[in-house]
Amino acid sequence: MQSQVTTSKPERRQQRDLLPQGNGLARLPRALRDIAEGWGQYQLWLTMAMQDIRKRYRRSKIGPFWLTLSMGIMVGALGLLYGTLFKLDVSEFLPYVAAGFVIWGLLSGLVQDGAVTFITAEGLVKQLPVPLSTHVYRDVCRNLLIFFHNIWVYVAISLWFGSFPGLVGLLALLGIAAIAVNALWIGLLLGLLSARFRDIPQIVASVVQVTFFITPIIWKADMLPERAVVLVWNPFYHFLEVARAPLLGDVPTPLNWLAVMLMTASGWLVTLVIFARYRWRIAYWV
Amino acid sequence: MVSIELSNVSVAFPVFSATHRSLKMSLLGGRTGGTVGTDATGAGGTVVRALDQVSLRLQHGDRLGLVGHNGAGKTTLLRVLARIYEPAVGSVQIQGDVAPLFDVNLGMDMDATGYDNILFRGLFLGLTKRQVEARMQEIAEFTELGQFLDMPIRTYSNGMRLRLAFAVSTSIDPEILLLDEGIGAGDAAFLVKAKTRLRAFAERAGIIVLASHSSYLIREMCDQAALMEQGRILAVGGVEEILEQYQARVDGQLVGA
Repeated sequence: MQSQVTTSKPERRQQRDLLPQGNGLARLPRALRDIAEGWGQYQLWLTMAMQDIRKRYRRSKIGPFWLTLSMGIMVGALGLLYGTLFKLDVSEFLPYVAAGFVIWGLLSGLVQDGAVTFITAEGLVKQLPVPLSTHVYRDVCRNLLIFFHNIWVYVAISLWFGSFPGLVGLLALLGIAAIAVNALWIGLLLGLLSARFRDIPQIVASVVQVTFFITPIIWKADMLPERAVVLVWNPFYHFLEVARAPLLGDVPTPLNWLAVMLMTASGWLVTLVIFARYRWRIAYWV
Repeated sequence: MVSIELSNVSVAFPVFSATHRSLKMSLLGGRTGGTVGTDATGAGGTVVRALDQVSLRLQHGDRLGLVGHNGAGKTTLLRVLARIYEPAVGSVQIQGDVAPLFDVNLGMDMDATGYDNILFRGLFLGLTKRQVEARMQEIAEFTELGQFLDMPIRTYSNGMRLRLAFAVSTSIDPEILLLDEGIGAGDAAFLVKAKTRLRAFAERAGIIVLASHSSYLIREMCDQAALMEQGRILAVGGVEEILEQYQARVDGQLVGA
């Protein structure tokens, strides 16, 4: 938003000439370096991500395993309730709900934390010259750590019902990796936009809430009369499927993977353009 | 070789509408010295000009003290030097590792132990885990906190927390050191110890820039000073000369009022 800092026309011209970083894409190398150097700060963000979780559960007897426990309670209650409502076989429906819920927790956490990543890191952004992407890595890492606590709910349930997926299940790791790669651009982009426009986190929160209900998590896609628009055009659905389908013993459809790959490519493209251009303003905005 | 070169650096903060950006409003309200302008582009934005065409050149061995009113631009200038604010106008060339020590409480977790906090702060200051571990013993000894280091720091007094922060912060070897105000406090015995350590610390750094209202601290640590007002550097020179000028301005304003 350079135009907003100008006070007079001649100065605006001068500003354009003097911009040390050049305009637009000329600043791309700096943005890329920020993202690469942020990765290099892994000791910092790894430690802080673990600390974030520990902090939340300090002085509690079972600590971070509250994550696992509360997820277990949620899955058990909703799975049984909806299984009964829809008259579904619990031994099949419960593992389905467990896998869906655990992955949904990851997706929604990533998007919501991503939207406030620079806002919550305000103190650090203003005090430390660490690459801005460091804060995003920390958020992504924290959410992955939470996910690896929650996944045991799914493991326990599928073992109990004897529906463990076998080797196909390993494909879920690929799905999780795809989610993480996308979470990075989402954090950079939403974090940046939210730093400037403070309504965005609220919008994101309400979109995420609605999406939970229109995404097949507590209901099944085949309950829909036909392949509905809400599925094909729901980005969350595709991210969910690339990780969930393998956990349930299926291979994600080519459409799922195509959608995810398209979102990865276009998301990173848009993010790099915007991040390159406005990265330097984040410290001013927070 | 460490060096700092700023030429014609201007920094302006956009101030967004109060409802969305109350933080910016508080920043605007809290600044006594910045220039408030309006956006001539018609976008309706207000800007606070925090730095106005600042040029500065520092070389290895320079110890510069920044003096000026609240809001004269000292902290903003330090943040530009720390590469936190990239200026809208002007060029910044900095050679060397920069260590900013602005906020004593940065990266402190009240519920974590003293040892944990030494690690966090060390990481924030750019050390690796191994480097922090190598210094742990020395830092722990300097704090004189003994068994308290195994306890959450919310059980500490303010002074104890400060000792901890001070000990870690001064254990690094920065090429360019940026200090903002009250680094170093605590009880009298610690102050003497802190002063020695601060001096040794300062001697390791190639360049120091210190913003402070304390003429004592500036005399103690700097060999030149710059007087700032309304985002501009009015004068650069010897410490005594600049402090005199600053004092004269303060007195002048008091008389004027």
